[in-house]
Amino acid sequence: MRFYGDKTEIVPTGFSKILAYHWALTLLIIAASSIGFLMLFSVSGGDINRWAQPQMIRFAMGMVVMTIMAFIPINIYRKLSFFVYLIALILLVVVDVSGEASKGSQRWVNLGFMRLQPSELMKLALVMVLALYYSWLDRDRVSKPQWLLPPLILTLIPMALVLRQPDLGTAILLFAGAAIVMFVAGVSWWYFATGAAAAGALVYAVLISKGQSWQLLNNYQYKRIATFLDPSSDPLGAGYHITQSKIALGSGGISGRGFMQGTQGRLNFLPEKHTDFIFTTLAEEFGFAGGSALLLIYGLIVVFCVASAISNNNRFGALVTLGVSATFFFYFAVNMSMVMGMAPVVGVPLPLVSYGGSAMMVLLAGFGLVQSAHIHRPR
Amino acid sequence: MKQLKKGRGRKLSRRAFVLLGMQLGVMGLIGYRMRQLGVVQSQQFRLLAEENRISIQLVPPTRGLIYDREGKAIALNVPLYRIQIIREQAIEPERILRKLAEIIPLSDNQVNDALQATAKHRPWVPVTIAENLTWAQVSAVAANAPSLPGVSPIVGAYRNYPYAQEYCHIVGYVGPVSDYDLSKTDDDDPLLRIPRFQIGKNGIETRAEHDLRGKAEIKRIEVNAVGRVMREIDSKAGEPGKNLQLTVDTNLQRIALERISDESAAVVLLDVKSGDILALASAPSFDPNKFVTGISVADWKALNENKYRPLANKTVSGTYPPGSTYKMIVALAALKAGVIDAKEQIYCSGSIEVSGSKFHCWRRGGHGQVNLVRAIRESCDVYFYEIAQRVGIDNISAMARKLGLGTRHDLPLPAIRKGLAPTKAWKRRAKGKDWVVGDTLNAGIGQGFTLASPLQLAVMTARIASGNAINPRLINSVNTTLEPVIGNTPLDINPEHLALVRKGMFEVVNSDRGTARGSRIRTKGMEMAGKSGTSQVRRITKAERARGVIRNSDLPWKRRDHALFVAYAPYDNPKYAVAVIVEHGGGGSSVAAPIARDVMLAALENEDPGYGNLPSQKRRTGDPDEQTPQTPAKRWNRA
Repeated sequence: MRFYGDKTEIVPTGFSKILAYHWALTLLIIAASSIGFLMLFSVSGGDINRWAQPQMIRFAMGMVVMTIMAFIPINIYRKLSFFVYLIALILLVVVDVSGEASKGSQRWVNLGFMRLQPSELMKLALVMVLALYYSWLDRDRVSKPQWLLPPLILTLIPMALVLRQPDLGTAILLFAGAAIVMFVAGVSWWYFATGAAAAGALVYAVLISKGQSWQLLNNYQYKRIATFLDPSSDPLGAGYHITQSKIALGSGGISGRGFMQGTQGRLNFLPEKHTDFIFTTLAEEFGFAGGSALLLIYGLIVVFCVASAISNNNRFGALVTLGVSATFFFYFAVNMSMVMGMAPVVGVPLPLVSYGGSAMMVLLAGFGLVQSAHIHRPR
Repeated sequence: MKQLKKGRGRKLSRRAFVLLGMQLGVMGLIGYRMRQLGVVQSQQFRLLAEENRISIQLVPPTRGLIYDREGKAIALNVPLYRIQIIREQAIEPERILRKLAEIIPLSDNQVNDALQATAKHRPWVPVTIAENLTWAQVSAVAANAPSLPGVSPIVGAYRNYPYAQEYCHIVGYVGPVSDYDLSKTDDDDPLLRIPRFQIGKNGIETRAEHDLRGKAEIKRIEVNAVGRVMREIDSKAGEPGKNLQLTVDTNLQRIALERISDESAAVVLLDVKSGDILALASAPSFDPNKFVTGISVADWKALNENKYRPLANKTVSGTYPPGSTYKMIVALAALKAGVIDAKEQIYCSGSIEVSGSKFHCWRRGGHGQVNLVRAIRESCDVYFYEIAQRVGIDNISAMARKLGLGTRHDLPLPAIRKGLAPTKAWKRRAKGKDWVVGDTLNAGIGQGFTLASPLQLAVMTARIASGNAINPRLINSVNTTLEPVIGNTPLDINPEHLALVRKGMFEVVNSDRGTARGSRIRTKGMEMAGKSGTSQVRRITKAERARGVIRNSDLPWKRRDHALFVAYAPYDNPKYAVAVIVEHGGGGSSVAAPIARDVMLAALENEDPGYGNLPSQKRRTGDPDEQTPQTPAKRWNRA
């Protein structure tokens, strides 16, 4: 198939690429990011220079990157995939060895012009390398155990490095992203059933290992789990994040207190009010209506990506599109669940909205791939 | 080929649809949860949010000042200047601190400590750089404020007692509120919850705490999660503490204290007409300022282990057998009961035998035939043994209570002791034994169970001198509202009886045979009348009496007699009453009487100029509510 497939398919070239560009997706991305700018402006108490402006500049840069990436043929990315994966892996090793300490864990590598979180880059690189693998692999072999081994190794190496940082949230997201690519690539249901059972067993092992000599997680991670299960047990300590976040969310009501009228975020009751917990400010100021609107935008982005992948006959492009959209989905699903007390606090930003460079750049680059796959899809 | 590709596409599509279904399901769950929090439980969370951001802040009131009779401040609030730095305003705290060190003297240690503290705390937390600065230093910092961002001078206040030694027992001192203080009070004033809030720990500072403390200004402020103030919402005005003016005259207090400073002793000087306490001296004294700033262990130990007990206010908390100063009471009780008259003579042979026990007179050879006036003048014990037996203990104690013994006087001082005017019923209750006649004999000369404090003896003397039921006063005014003079009504005692006793007291000092003739005041119009007392603290055995009683100076301090003297003057127009006790001082007429004379002379010679104006009277306007008269009963000693 490889020797035959792609070359015969009709792919837009030149000016027609602009027509094929996924404008609806682009508008949704701009809409979500604009909500982010508004919220950053609000939590800074009306100081545009603090967070909103830098975020807008980064977003503009990201949009430029996304657009350029969109017009590069998808097959070029396919060829670059393994190389990107290797670079991400090397950067992960670099932060592990000599990374700059930030917040007590090693997560950043300073590139001079920006501080990059290699684990964010790895999310994209892993999706790409797995899409490459499954677009190369004959589909009859997909569920064979020996052909399942390479993708697992490709996933577990970066996961182990991220866990060493330690960053449980990102490790789980990496694994989930990889699992989604494998799932849509057609790996047998049985593996997923077995994997779910194994994960259950692992969680059990993690929980009972607490206090034992072979304790699997750090104490602070156990504390977060305990807090997640019962936030009121420690309202001013570890449960503080969740309790305060729920208060802010709940006090918004249906239509919210109004723009800039939220009290919890600007008065610093909310931790990480401009990063991981920014959704609470949105829900406080714009209420249930504002929260659902953002959820709807996110949902539409996911739906458009899945629709694009389904209509895409380029297997690599389709897999990358689904992988990127799944990663995107995990971002906001985990973040929203976390601030609403449905998941432990794991430090996952709200995509396109939370203040922060790495995650936004990587996401927009990911959407660049999605756009490229969409434009260059054979129809 | 086409077939194959189609099959692959379908499979991917199917899986993609399953994935999308799961994703939409999770999104639905998130949406449901959002609705639950934001719509269904919204009211509850909104309430929680209000609590989150509104905080109550207390602004402590200024504590009321205490003035003496003349209007001199004896307890005041001294401004305490300190300099603090706020890191987020200073931006470069190190450079600013070096600059500050050029303006005010700062040691390297202070600079480093401040730097470490700023680094440790959050950027907006004020960190104290230096304390106890002078006004000049603070001004210098304020003048250079533009070049010292983040540095600000702060004015606090601490309590200071300029007449430390004179007033330590009366005014007491303040200290930071402790867990122990909180545990024994039902006071729910939120000020007490402020860490290190200063409350009265002793003396008037503690007994008049409610007047002195005032009420806090209560501010409702909007705060953020770390307690940083964002803005003030509203505030409820506070009330400064009330100022007190004492009846005590600082000059007389100082003279009295100096006169007894080498002893363990107490002097109480009363105004006979009003009951004003002009001096209430207890020696040794101490410096209460040490307690305000936090007393060192060594100082505390020295005060606590001193055998003269400097921390005790002996004027009201020390009770002693009144000895011969009790004889006026016995005489008045006997006269009232009609068991003796002025003329009847009783023979003193030096001792008397009652139910098998021998009771001795202080003069071994006896006084011979004595009548009432001579018995007081020469303090004949046998005479009083006899009349005490005739009148009975219950009559004596009733008279004692009428004259202010065995009752607790209502003063704003801690640990006021009631003393004891024993009765038959009391002994049965307290000791489980019946009263015997020997007890009555001992009581007749102010020994045995009888106990009185120097204040009570002074009140007794003032009541005998004036014939009025005066009560001691220590507080003249609260916020310029006068405290009432209580009980200035005639005692229910026959004036002839009082005249007889006064004559005896006059002769004690002014007769050549009086026991205290050595302390006579010879100035015309200032003649003093008094009565000495020497109370035993040990039992003199038969064997010792046979060998000869050991002289006081040969005994260890703790076993020597207490020396007492009570007096009033001038004899014909009483103005002042005084009571002196020197613990284990020896003879009352030789040790206590000269002290009483000197204090009395000082009072008489510096004619009381009356109350001085308080500095605050000019600015403070009285609140009409405060003008309502105080109920006299138990204003201070509510307990």
